[in-house]
Amino acid sequence: MKKAIWLFVVLLLLFQGTISCNKTSENPKPEPAKNTPTPLEWKKPAYFPDPVYDLSKNPLTVEGVELGRFLFYDGILSRTDKIGCGTCHQQQAAFTHHGHDLSHGVDDQLGTRNSPSVQNMAFSSSFFWDGGVHDLDLVPPVPIQNEVEMGERVGNVVEKLRKTPVAGAAKQVNYPKMFNAAFGTDEINADRMMKALSQFMMTMVSATSRYDYFLQGDASALTDLEKQGLTLFKQNCASCHASELFTDLSFRNNGLIPNKINDQGRYAITLNEADRLKFKVPSLRNVGLTAPYMHDGRFTTLEQVLNHYANDQNGSKDSIFVSPTLDPLLQKAGQKRGIKLSANEKQSIIAFLKTLNDEQFINDKRFSDPGIGTSL
Amino acid sequence: MITLNRRCVSKSASAPIIPLNSNGMKKTFSYLLLSTVTVVFIAAIICCTDDPLPLPTTTGSVKLKFDNVMGAKDLKLDTDTYTNAAGEDFTVSKLNYYVSNIKLIAAAGSNFTVPQDSSYFLIREGNVDSQQITINHVPAGNYTGIEFVIGIDSLRSVSDASKRTGILDKDSGPTNEEAMYWDWNPGYIFLKLEGNSDSATSANGKFYYHIGGFGGLTEKTLNNIRVAKIDFGSQTATVSQNAVTRINLKADILKVFNGPTKLSIKENTSVMFMPFSKNIADNYMRMFSLDQINNQ
Repeated sequence: MKKAIWLFVVLLLLFQGTISCNKTSENPKPEPAKNTPTPLEWKKPAYFPDPVYDLSKNPLTVEGVELGRFLFYDGILSRTDKIGCGTCHQQQAAFTHHGHDLSHGVDDQLGTRNSPSVQNMAFSSSFFWDGGVHDLDLVPPVPIQNEVEMGERVGNVVEKLRKTPVAGAAKQVNYPKMFNAAFGTDEINADRMMKALSQFMMTMVSATSRYDYFLQGDASALTDLEKQGLTLFKQNCASCHASELFTDLSFRNNGLIPNKINDQGRYAITLNEADRLKFKVPSLRNVGLTAPYMHDGRFTTLEQVLNHYANDQNGSKDSIFVSPTLDPLLQKAGQKRGIKLSANEKQSIIAFLKTLNDEQFINDKRFSDPGIGTSL
Repeated sequence: MITLNRRCVSKSASAPIIPLNSNGMKKTFSYLLLSTVTVVFIAAIICCTDDPLPLPTTTGSVKLKFDNVMGAKDLKLDTDTYTNAAGEDFTVSKLNYYVSNIKLIAAAGSNFTVPQDSSYFLIREGNVDSQQITINHVPAGNYTGIEFVIGIDSLRSVSDASKRTGILDKDSGPTNEEAMYWDWNPGYIFLKLEGNSDSATSANGKFYYHIGGFGGLTEKTLNNIRVAKIDFGSQTATVSQNAVTRINLKADILKVFNGPTKLSIKENTSVMFMPFSKNIADNYMRMFSLDQINNQ
């Protein structure tokens, strides 16, 4: 048998001129020595759904994630070199823009929607309030190329990255070296840049809140009030804020009065009348840290949010805006529109919601600004 | 052998190369290795079909020129003022549109469809070179018309990035520089026309027509893919061996405004991804005509 194999190999060598199709002769230069990045194992929390992101097309590596972290925080992604992803997605606020109903980007221009949390992106089938994007790799160009956010062109960002390190710059980052470490060669292109950012965002999993410890069997992780809140939450909120991600990933009209710019939400993507005024059901993980709330940041506290849903405030008109696409769950026959909740029930639910705050996640150095700071 | 096969194998059989690449050769040969080698060998042979098919013996080239005009006038960016059917004066600061999936209509026999990978172009008024495209390997014969998509077909709109290089690369080159791609609702902007007009209701006096929409990725939505069909009438484009046939087309940009729908800048200062955009697409699909043919 060995002889036969040798024969086959020899035959193969003889044939190599033919099977090469003469392609190799065009490129006689030897390949430069390649780095081998260190594979990084990615595991989902057992009680989370399977990730949507296809890791096989972009396996995580230590160097890739680190490159993604630098890119995430580097203002070089913006036209003014001052606005990074981390500007509007701050770790202490679970990667939202603390205190900003609408975020301001380059030249202090205002956007139209509230900056959503960058967490558990691995499990999301669509991104942004209107769900226009379906692939994590396609997320970064949206803020980068939005004129009022980062106001830059991706092609230009790539050019700028290639020219690093910049002599005399306050913060010295050698991106060709980092891309080499992450991908094996110095080549910097948009595909690699987005993949590195995706790798970093894949690691940003929030699943170490008190609620998670409770879920894993530590009954003492929640107080009685919080447990009561959990029960009420499941009865009243979990049909939309479903699963351990606390969203069913759908788009719904939750009865908010249309804002001044009459943002039609999901409709702008599908142009389907049935999608008017619908927005992504956001995850409630870290919700105690991500104020203000709703797609335009109109509510500053969780009390205001629950008051909206309960539709029970004295002196105010119906807080639920009625339109053809209003979610059926908010208009049950024979009842006042909204979700009936007593003052005590609201307090229990809020107590429970705050157990979703993930202190480890917001303090995890792996997700922090590596010192190139745009998180102002 | 590994280096030799790299380009081919990477496409169709990257996995089997790993045992060879490590120390598989030094280890005991096995049936596994034999089968691995066989797979690589076969992959190498299969990949050779990537090479262009043998070409017909007689082919020529066509140079297709797009001359953007405004009715009887030439289109000049920024400087010249034009008037639409609604009586509104305006200037043009930007005009770009994609042309793709080009097909030459044969007088006899089969039409010639340009191989799709070489059939995507972005015509830019601000870039003279972009206004002339060359089609090689056109079978010799007489052609009586031409058809092409104004925009990008739906399949290519959602293809993997590796199938969208060059002019279709959303992250570099002209498509990125000219912002001909919607990131927030991924898809190409098929035609972009911007300019200034006193009739515009925007704060800066500009009007914006960004027309796109390939039909939707996850659910059906706006489809503004339009096919331009230009009949050469009494003229014929004759393609002969090793010769260059020049076909000059005119694109009358005034027809973006003046068509089945009379587009008013005042009433529609900004039209992007919205139902009304289909009226503009229906207008501009009629803007092309034959200027002249130069057979050589």
